[in-house]
Amino acid sequence: MRKITSILLIFCLVPLVSFASGPEVKLDRPQLNPGDKISLQRGAQTFVNYCLSCHSAEYMRYNRLRDLGLTENQISDNLIFTGQKVGELMTVAMKPKDAKQWLGVPPPDLSVIARSRGPDWLYTYLRKFYRDDSTATGWNNLVFDKAAMPHVLYQLQGEQSLSVKNVDDGHGGTHEVKELKLDKPGTLSKTEYDAYVTDLVNFLVYLGEPAATKRVQLGIIVMLFLFAMLGLTYALKQEYWKDVH
Amino acid sequence: MSKRLESFIGWIDERFPLTANWKAHLSEYYAPKNFNFWYYFGSLAMLVLVNQLLTGIFLTMNYKPDASMAFASVEYIMRDVNFGWLIRYMHSTGASMFFVVVYLHMFRGMMYGSYRKPRELLWLIGMGIFFILMMLAFTGYILPWGQMSYWGAQVIISMIGAIPVVGETLSNWLLGDFMLSDAALNRFFAYHVVTLPVLLVVLVVVHILALHEVGSNNPDGIEIKANKDPVTHIPVDGIPFHPYYSVKDIFGVVVFLIIFTGIIFFAPEMGGYFLEYNNFVPANTLQTPDHIAPVWYFTPYYSMLRAVTINFLWIDAKLWGIILMGGSVAIFALLPWLDRSPVKSIRYKGPIFKFALTLFVISVFVLGWLGTKSPTPLYTILAQIFTVIYFAFFILMPWYSKIDKTKPEPTRVTE
Amino acid sequence: MADIEKKEMNSRRRFLLVATSVAGGIATAAVATPFVMSMLPSERAKAAGAPVEVDISKVEPGMLLLVEWRGKVVWVLNRTPEMLATLKKLDGQVADPKSEKDQQPPYAQNETRSIKPAILVVEGVCTHLGCSPVYRKDIAPADLGPDWLGGFFCPCHGSKFDLAGRVYKSVPAPTNLAVPPHVYLTDTSLLIGSDRKESA
Repeated sequence: MRKITSILLIFCLVPLVSFASGPEVKLDRPQLNPGDKISLQRGAQTFVNYCLSCHSAEYMRYNRLRDLGLTENQISDNLIFTGQKVGELMTVAMKPKDAKQWLGVPPPDLSVIARSRGPDWLYTYLRKFYRDDSTATGWNNLVFDKAAMPHVLYQLQGEQSLSVKNVDDGHGGTHEVKELKLDKPGTLSKTEYDAYVTDLVNFLVYLGEPAATKRVQLGIIVMLFLFAMLGLTYALKQEYWKDVH
Repeated sequence: MSKRLESFIGWIDERFPLTANWKAHLSEYYAPKNFNFWYYFGSLAMLVLVNQLLTGIFLTMNYKPDASMAFASVEYIMRDVNFGWLIRYMHSTGASMFFVVVYLHMFRGMMYGSYRKPRELLWLIGMGIFFILMMLAFTGYILPWGQMSYWGAQVIISMIGAIPVVGETLSNWLLGDFMLSDAALNRFFAYHVVTLPVLLVVLVVVHILALHEVGSNNPDGIEIKANKDPVTHIPVDGIPFHPYYSVKDIFGVVVFLIIFTGIIFFAPEMGGYFLEYNNFVPANTLQTPDHIAPVWYFTPYYSMLRAVTINFLWIDAKLWGIILMGGSVAIFALLPWLDRSPVKSIRYKGPIFKFALTLFVISVFVLGWLGTKSPTPLYTILAQIFTVIYFAFFILMPWYSKIDKTKPEPTRVTE
Repeated sequence: MADIEKKEMNSRRRFLLVATSVAGGIATAAVATPFVMSMLPSERAKAAGAPVEVDISKVEPGMLLLVEWRGKVVWVLNRTPEMLATLKKLDGQVADPKSEKDQQPPYAQNETRSIKPAILVVEGVCTHLGCSPVYRKDIAPADLGPDWLGGFFCPCHGSKFDLAGRVYKSVPAPTNLAVPPHVYLTDTSLLIGSDRKESA
């Protein structure tokens, strides 16, 4: 019965992970590597260049980026454009009130966005923007319908448009399939752009929990110790329980 | 023991019953020698309690019970405080593991009839502990002030408003405001870190005192005190808790810690079950998340809450849901008087009880699973069916436990 | 207890008991470590304690500038030649005229207790019990007596310091005021909290 339960539990995960608003779109999974510091550095560069002008990451300190193998000087020279000190938080100059006026909603803080949305959603979201003249920004998104955010990376990805096809579902009916096609190519090829977004998502996952790498490292030591303890305490228990008949 | 240590202990014993307590509760507390796997969970619950108290104290050093600062202070703990992430994960994982351990501990009692005479009061004290634990979990879950904290609490508080006549006044009094706000967060923090932990610790001490008065039950459900050595007056099937069960429990603790730290270090969110994804979004009083579900340990009750969809007997569906939810917890307290079987342990009970208990466990799991899902017509019907099964287990017990075909109990414990 | 065969503490049992106790002790210490460490200054506290850059071009002779560093006050005093002249006269009245006690970085262990003779940089925290002394540049006031040549007076317990932060004899404060690490980035820009220019 415990097996059934664990299967049931796994099923419950699905709706929790994919609670994205808007139409149901299959989320793509990026190949993330939290140990790849070069990828994280590239992601950090993209993040400060493109995201940090509107979004804050106000629980994160710049100097924490030393985790990515950078020195404090490298951080202040290459990643801080706001004149802030390296020990300060990654805040944003835009006031929430102004943001609300310009964009309709204040851009959410991104510190823990990877923990609430999940990496798959972010990876898919950042790749599924398409031109839509009916929206205020001229952009729409396949996984987040009527997203207030315009496609910030369009020069890199290019411009996509939506095509809806009716496909025979094999049961006599049809169902809609939404597809994006690239109208105007950007400066990056599709593979390059996917890799670019992967780096950014890799960084966002790091940003969500900077201690994660240390956590796993410490966990391995703790596990090794506990397994040694397991043998020892089992032997001790057996030794004492020889008395009991 | 060295002479000096002996005389020091003698000095203390003249002023405080140290040796006497050591003997009464450890070295000369005789526990049945046939404890099995299910008997680890009492001591493990104690371990988790200590973990929660210790990590909780350190979390309060940096947490801010203020609606505008709470969420940020949790992230401050996760990032800026040295090892803050570890302390917080120990606490959040500990909360879920507390329920895992306590549910298994309760299930043990149900299997082996540990609630039966003379342990009715012990069982009731345990129910009190369970109730306080639920309150602690609820008040604690509010503190990070994320979306799930806020909207989860909103749902629970609205239930109080459903109480006829006094409901609204009561909920305003509880919240200190006309809605869930900073005032409520601040006072729930006080309950979570002072009131409830003190009550919990007191009840746990009382629970153990009551246990040591009546003596532990065992998988055979027979009283070891009924068969004492004529000379020493020690139960023939009893062994001193210390060292035999202390060394055994230490082994159990290590096994538990492997699982516990495995979650802390490798899967602290536990796939969204221990830390819900939506709770990484700061509370937004204007927007409910698309899907809200309580943390896993409350989902069976949550399912029963929404299972009733029709008004029935002058009471509307909403209030019925609340009554069922409260009843589903409270009904455990009646177990000592519902069970009319001549034997205590499942080992000697008949097929009907075994079937009923299995069905009950299945209904708890199905209700728990349904509680994590958004309701659909099919799910609602399933929830209704399993709610009926859940309650039938208790309500029909006086009848089926009497007619069930039991086996004779042995006079001595078996291996 | 007929079922228990009382055994002597055999060597295997003793070994396992000791080994488990030692391992348990290590485990307890290991668990205690993160809790103890969590009480050290956090990253926020460290960031707040970062070196502070101060523009001293506007500090006229005789003027005292208050700077906050790590939540405490640091004084930047521009001393006039007359003020500097008082220091020599007070050598006999102060407890540690040559700044021999370790209350300053080596570059401030001189007659004026400063890098530039005129500019005094000291923590405005009384070395007795942490009050902040008052700047009293008035000479021979009624309350401080005719011998007062200007300096700092602590209102809490009456400790007196001269214009180089040197403590007078026979007052409660034991040592001279502390000189924080500091460095000149330019002629008029002072970095307090670090003596390395790169920390700016």
